[in-house]
Amino acid sequence: MSETILSVKNLHTSFTTDKGEVLAVNGVNFNLDKGKILGIVGESGSGKSVTAYSILQILEKNGRITEGQILYKGEDITKYTEKQLRSFRGKCCSIIFQDPMTSLNPVFTVGNQLKEAIELHTGRKGKDAEARAVEMLNLVGVNEPEKRVKQYPYELSGGMRQRVMIAMALACEPDILIADEPTTALDVTIQAQILELMQELQKKLGMAIIMVTHDLGVIADMCDEIIVMYGGRVCERGTAEDIFYRPAHEYTKGLLQSIPNVDTIGEKLKPIPGTPINLLNMPKGCAFCPRCENAMKICIEQVPPEMQMPDGHFASCWLNVKAEMEAQQGGGKNE
Amino acid sequence: MSKEIITNNAPLLEVKDLKQYFPIKTGLFQKTPLKAVDGVSFSINPGETLGLVGESGCGKTTVGRSILRLYNPTGGEVFFKGEKVDAKSIGHMRKEMQMVFQDPYSSLNPRMTVEDIIGEPLDVHKLYQNKKERREKILDLMELVGLNAEHATRYAHEFSGGQRQRIGIARALATNPKFIVCDEAVSALDVSIQAQVVNMFEELQEKLGVAYLFIAHDLLVVHHISDRIAVMYLGRVVEIADADELNNNPVHPYTQSLLSAVPYPDPIKAKQRQRIVLEGDVPSPLHMPEGCAFRTRCRYATERCAKECPSLTDRGNGHQVACWNK
Amino acid sequence: MDNMNKDINSMPKKSLFSMQIDLKKFEKATDEEKKQQDVMSESVSFFKDGMRKLSRNPLAMGSLVVLILIIAAIFIVPHVVPYSYSQIITVNGKRDKSAANMAPFEYSDLEQEYMAEGGKVFPHIMGTDEMGRDYFVRVVYGTRVSLSVGFFAAMIVLIIGVLYGSISGYFGGKVDLVMMRIVDIIYSLPDMLMVVLLSVVLREILNVDSIPMLQKIGTNMISLFIVFGLLYWTGMARLVRGQILTIKQNEYVLAAKVSGAKSGRIIRKHILPNCVSVIIISAALQIPSAIFTESFLSFIGMGVQAPMPSLGSLANAARAGISVYPYKLVFPAVMICLITLAFNLLGDGLRDAFDPKLRR
Repeated sequence: MSETILSVKNLHTSFTTDKGEVLAVNGVNFNLDKGKILGIVGESGSGKSVTAYSILQILEKNGRITEGQILYKGEDITKYTEKQLRSFRGKCCSIIFQDPMTSLNPVFTVGNQLKEAIELHTGRKGKDAEARAVEMLNLVGVNEPEKRVKQYPYELSGGMRQRVMIAMALACEPDILIADEPTTALDVTIQAQILELMQELQKKLGMAIIMVTHDLGVIADMCDEIIVMYGGRVCERGTAEDIFYRPAHEYTKGLLQSIPNVDTIGEKLKPIPGTPINLLNMPKGCAFCPRCENAMKICIEQVPPEMQMPDGHFASCWLNVKAEMEAQQGGGKNE
Repeated sequence: MSKEIITNNAPLLEVKDLKQYFPIKTGLFQKTPLKAVDGVSFSINPGETLGLVGESGCGKTTVGRSILRLYNPTGGEVFFKGEKVDAKSIGHMRKEMQMVFQDPYSSLNPRMTVEDIIGEPLDVHKLYQNKKERREKILDLMELVGLNAEHATRYAHEFSGGQRQRIGIARALATNPKFIVCDEAVSALDVSIQAQVVNMFEELQEKLGVAYLFIAHDLLVVHHISDRIAVMYLGRVVEIADADELNNNPVHPYTQSLLSAVPYPDPIKAKQRQRIVLEGDVPSPLHMPEGCAFRTRCRYATERCAKECPSLTDRGNGHQVACWNK
Repeated sequence: MDNMNKDINSMPKKSLFSMQIDLKKFEKATDEEKKQQDVMSESVSFFKDGMRKLSRNPLAMGSLVVLILIIAAIFIVPHVVPYSYSQIITVNGKRDKSAANMAPFEYSDLEQEYMAEGGKVFPHIMGTDEMGRDYFVRVVYGTRVSLSVGFFAAMIVLIIGVLYGSISGYFGGKVDLVMMRIVDIIYSLPDMLMVVLLSVVLREILNVDSIPMLQKIGTNMISLFIVFGLLYWTGMARLVRGQILTIKQNEYVLAAKVSGAKSGRIIRKHILPNCVSVIIISAALQIPSAIFTESFLSFIGMGVQAPMPSLGSLANAARAGISVYPYKLVFPAVMICLITLAFNLLGDGLRDAFDPKLRR
């Protein structure tokens, strides 16, 4: 059994806006094992990015973690001081963002920025750090790294920039890499390059990756374990096979049906009806119930509990509870 | 009778060797043309959907905008219903050629109500006699795209992305067009909403018989909605074929790698599949390679590719490919 | 999979049945019930939303109250106080020459006599000036002059700047290039020097005595407006041009073109409504700067014509006796500060509330 390095327990994160309190993450639980790729998938406003930012505690000023624990190797990092957090970010856990252009400083050369990150988190200084910068660029497949370190971010293409971002994030060999929509801004062919690179690096360096994305294709391609989020809550979590072949939550089912598929060409897509959730106006019960075709009365009134499915993965849907109850009752009669 | 058949067979829109260059300042007095679109030809039949795919910067958006004369094309001709589209004729064609935009946020004026946004084309072409008729037409359009009539007086910023896109579609349908350019119309939407809008496009086509030029980078969606697909690379079309044909039997090496790179939402198939990962980046359109633009990343490139630019040739059943080696 | 969840699984299977669950609740919910969960928030227009934000800004609201009070005062006070800004105080029909340079709420000998006889004298709230005129009325009139100069100057700047900027921004290309270079030239002139020179020259050229309406305003005031009109619109023109260039990029402008809308309609319906808030904010910030310039010009004696007071000329007059009557400088100076501060704070508040760039 592999070792758990990060475990998130009952995480609540909320933002204070002038229109009221927004509960962006509402009781999220999961474990991340060493050397695994965990995917967090959901639509915009599902709280997937906020969950990732909460782990690094890089939320915007008006956001804060209101409840829950984030245990890194058994230590609760929500209780860390700012100084402890600084060394946690980078050394233990680092992040790459969606837009590589805005996450690189345009007035410094690539090498300069890489060197700074290396000097900040490792003992290497000066020439040593520069050598490491070149080594890192080489690792992420940037051609002619000696030349590239002298270039400015605008001289690089989108794919190159994302490679530099990955090099920067990996410079201190973190245990966890959080990738927030790392390929959304890139073209398909470049996306394929970056995904391939990430898988390769993961095998080589053995870190765990949290992949935050809305793209089910990327998730299917990359991830060992998947968390499906909707309206700040976890709908379903399990292995990739569980989620894609045995979905147990109505939202996951709907999501899988709504993607165009080679096998269903010529047929109509089956979209999820309704509009995405308004975080300012959350339903009392299950967040998905207004759009769910099989919603029951209880779904409107009560938040569904997380339940283990027969195959071992977890889903939060009242329909499963109902099925379980019926099975138990049926079984009881037979005895 | 025979006449009718002819008009039925005639394409609704014909694009012939369309060129669109933008002058870019490369020095103090020097200007280099950026060849955004460099000789694109295709045709679209009434009620048909042509998908146009390619990576960012390949000129697919420019093609759509040049057809609608939002730019002044540098060269080539566009015919709509057999009539040449030029600065003069576009005036009366605007009613029949419309566009749905990518960004549901910036494509609706934040200071206008839904009613005024949808009503704008009606106002411009004076398609109503009185206020009552205008309102009725707007409410009909809103119903057509699945919007609640109560929302007519609300402002665009109060809606979610999917609903905003519906408003944009209602605006495009206001003048009862025969041809709509959908410029990345579903790209900015969440998956579940994307399916709603894709379905709506299909339903509207069945109901109203409009033809679409469906520009997108998501191959799965394009394959789903299109009858035929054209693949663009650096301002040129490299392959056109029926949607299924292109998907099952891609010929051009670029199309092959594009299809193999599509993230496929199925873990087992995704992990089994062999990706053809392209090396390197798309060259800058300011410094286009001589000959075939794709040769710098192509596995099959030969000397001939560097010298001559291949043109589209028919490989049977309307499957056209621009490649020397395949 | 179980390794994922040893300790977190707070909801083991069996505990589900220990919960009190009403089986009826497991019936399918109706569409109505689902719809109730999915209500849209109340409709807010851009303007309403902005006003709501503005009303929550205490500094801006305070400034607004101060400005309203000042504006109310300059309209009401002249009707309530029985003195005129240009006349020496008269008691019982006689000119009171002893009433010069009095402290606030002081009465002259003549007035005291008159009051002893049972007559009523309105108190001199801010005392009197060196010629025996009521200082309170003069300050109020001065404020009136300064405010109207500020307001009209801002208007002139607004009209010229918006017209020039929108033409330059919308048509772009060569038109824009030429128009913006003209702006650059005007911008590079040393403005204070130009203001002084122009007001000297204009005073001699302008002959307003023939028109009775303008005569009352005075040559200096008119030359002031012209100076503002000629020099200060450049900032506004640049701002409007920049705004229009950004708004032009929006897809809704393209959409209007696709719909067949002409340039006029696009400017009127799409571009101007979207930059109007920025224009108004910048106009509000223009008023204090105009008041400042006016005060400065009046202070150095190039502003409004005597006996018409303005806050600047009052301050200048007070300079002479500053060691003896310092309060005479304090009143107009405080007034200038109050007005400029209030306008600046209000302008900032408006920007926070209405500027689309700052909106979340």
